[in-house]
Amino acid sequence: MNSDREIILEAKNLRKEFGGLVAVEDVSVQIQARTLHSIIGPNGAGKTTLFNLLSGVLKPTRGFVYFKGQDITHLPPHRIAHLGIGRSFQITNIFPNLTVLENIRLASQALGGDNFRLLKASSDFQKYVDKALQVIEWVGLKGREADLARNLAHGEKRKLELGIMLAADPQVLLLDEPTAGMSSEQVPALLEIIHSIMNLGDKTIILVEHRMDMVMSISDRITVMHLGGLLAEGTPQEIASNQTVQTAYLGDLYGDLTESMEGKNG
Amino acid sequence: MAELQTQNVKKQKPGLFKQNQLAIIVLVLLILFPFIMSLITGQPANEGKPKFWEGQFINFFIMAVYAMSYDLLMGYTGILSFGHAAFFGAGAYTMALWLTHFAPLISSQYKITLPGGMDITTTLLFIVALLLVLIVSILMGLFFSGASVRVKGVYFAMITLAIGEAFHILSKATDFVKWTGADEGLHGVPVPLWINPTQHRLRFYFMALFFMVVMYLFLKRVTESPTGRVFVAIRENENRVRMIGFNPATYRSLAFVTSAIAAGLSGAMFSLWNMSATPSMTSAVTTINALIMTILGGVGTLIGPILGAGLMQIFSQFFYQWFGARWPLVFGLIFIALVVFLPYGIVGTYRLRKQGMKAGWTRFTKQFSAKK
Repeated sequence: MNSDREIILEAKNLRKEFGGLVAVEDVSVQIQARTLHSIIGPNGAGKTTLFNLLSGVLKPTRGFVYFKGQDITHLPPHRIAHLGIGRSFQITNIFPNLTVLENIRLASQALGGDNFRLLKASSDFQKYVDKALQVIEWVGLKGREADLARNLAHGEKRKLELGIMLAADPQVLLLDEPTAGMSSEQVPALLEIIHSIMNLGDKTIILVEHRMDMVMSISDRITVMHLGGLLAEGTPQEIASNQTVQTAYLGDLYGDLTESMEGKNG
Repeated sequence: MAELQTQNVKKQKPGLFKQNQLAIIVLVLLILFPFIMSLITGQPANEGKPKFWEGQFINFFIMAVYAMSYDLLMGYTGILSFGHAAFFGAGAYTMALWLTHFAPLISSQYKITLPGGMDITTTLLFIVALLLVLIVSILMGLFFSGASVRVKGVYFAMITLAIGEAFHILSKATDFVKWTGADEGLHGVPVPLWINPTQHRLRFYFMALFFMVVMYLFLKRVTESPTGRVFVAIRENENRVRMIGFNPATYRSLAFVTSAIAAGLSGAMFSLWNMSATPSMTSAVTTINALIMTILGGVGTLIGPILGAGLMQIFSQFFYQWFGARWPLVFGLIFIALVVFLPYGIVGTYRLRKQGMKAGWTRFTKQFSAKK
């Protein structure tokens, strides 16, 4: 029980200003290890900015980020990646003119320590290829290894995006809207990948997502952001029944959500 | 998965000869070229017409290495640099300065002989010269990459243009006229006798050919290494490279240093070949030549720049004969046409076509087998 309470990632009083605009205001979140923690909120609530602060893409105006108790606030993104924090992007962020295999192989090579073997052929390092092939199968891109990433369909690109992150075998995975732009039929396959990640037992996922049904069903905890600040935090059930959240975010559209969640969990 | 792995293994081991058939045939032809010329013209391989054509090829070999070094930056790593002549010129001037001023001084005071009595002073000093070129090139590479830490893209290109011009101005500065000969440059560089390009043209020909082949293999190895793959990834998407745990600045520096070494060595070879180092070697025109050769042949391929250098050599030779000093004008028109009709260069366009054909065949055969 004690290990369940282990805090793996923590944001403390984070604040980010872009000129006069305050994108994230005094946000403190604690992410427990081996849980799926979702961050929701309407567009412009500061979710992606928070992600950028956690993964080192942006530096906060104030506040700190701790990973396993270590202050990582001012580490550059590539150092943070080395610590075991992976990140996928809302807007697909891949290597368009490289093959699917090479996209993922690069990511698995990144943390392997053979990056400066200038005079050895990369094909000599079979372990990275093996790892990449394994990940390709995992995310369901088998058979497309040799295709250029830019020739993939949108849903496949989203899977590749996930694969690039998974290849580095991170402990904490920051997923920024993995289903962005996907049709409803494509979502179950992605959900399955997320489930399989959690089933590994040692991964922590932080998820930003707009599909409320998905968030409600897979999250252990949910943090709600609104206008750059924190609005609420709790279990899916608590969030669904939270009156402030409902008025600020869920609105009438999800008015019957409380009932369905209660029915499911009660 | 197992199937794909065996495919991978198979792809790598179809025999050295079969895999590089064309390259090996071309190489053999290049090795035989002086003797074939000698047979055709009836003149000795070291004189007359064969000597002239060997000279053309020597120039081409050296420029090919220079073009490849540029492509490593532009084609593979996606760095647009307009200061490449500084690398070339640094190599040329290091070699020329050393051979003109320092080497004679040292060899007049010290003699190093082998136990058999053979004098190897000049040879050793020549090796020192090559090492110096290497060191200067590495420093130049680091210097240029240092400028790329904060500035990107076109802005970086502008900065490299400025740095390149600074070196050009330095190379013709009258303050150092005693050393560099300023505008005139250094002429009549005392090249070691055994590789003197006028007396031992055939030997120099093979040396230059060897130089090109070794540098090609070296650069090919680098581009196919784990590090080289990161270069390409930086070209494709630098932000993602950073997010998966590579520090782009480190790899950019490495690309710069590797490129500077190749360019510097080609510059040193060029100064040996011409027995001179002149400010024109550090000028923007020399940079633009690298750009033109690379684009002509195909960006992001190593064979492309070699072809581009060959074409450039042919163009400059014949066009000068046909059109006189106005030949760049005609060449410019041809260059425009080539860029319009072969936007990926000769090798790049060829590869795309081949790929398209291959994909077409796969589609075709797939349909065939599906019907069945």
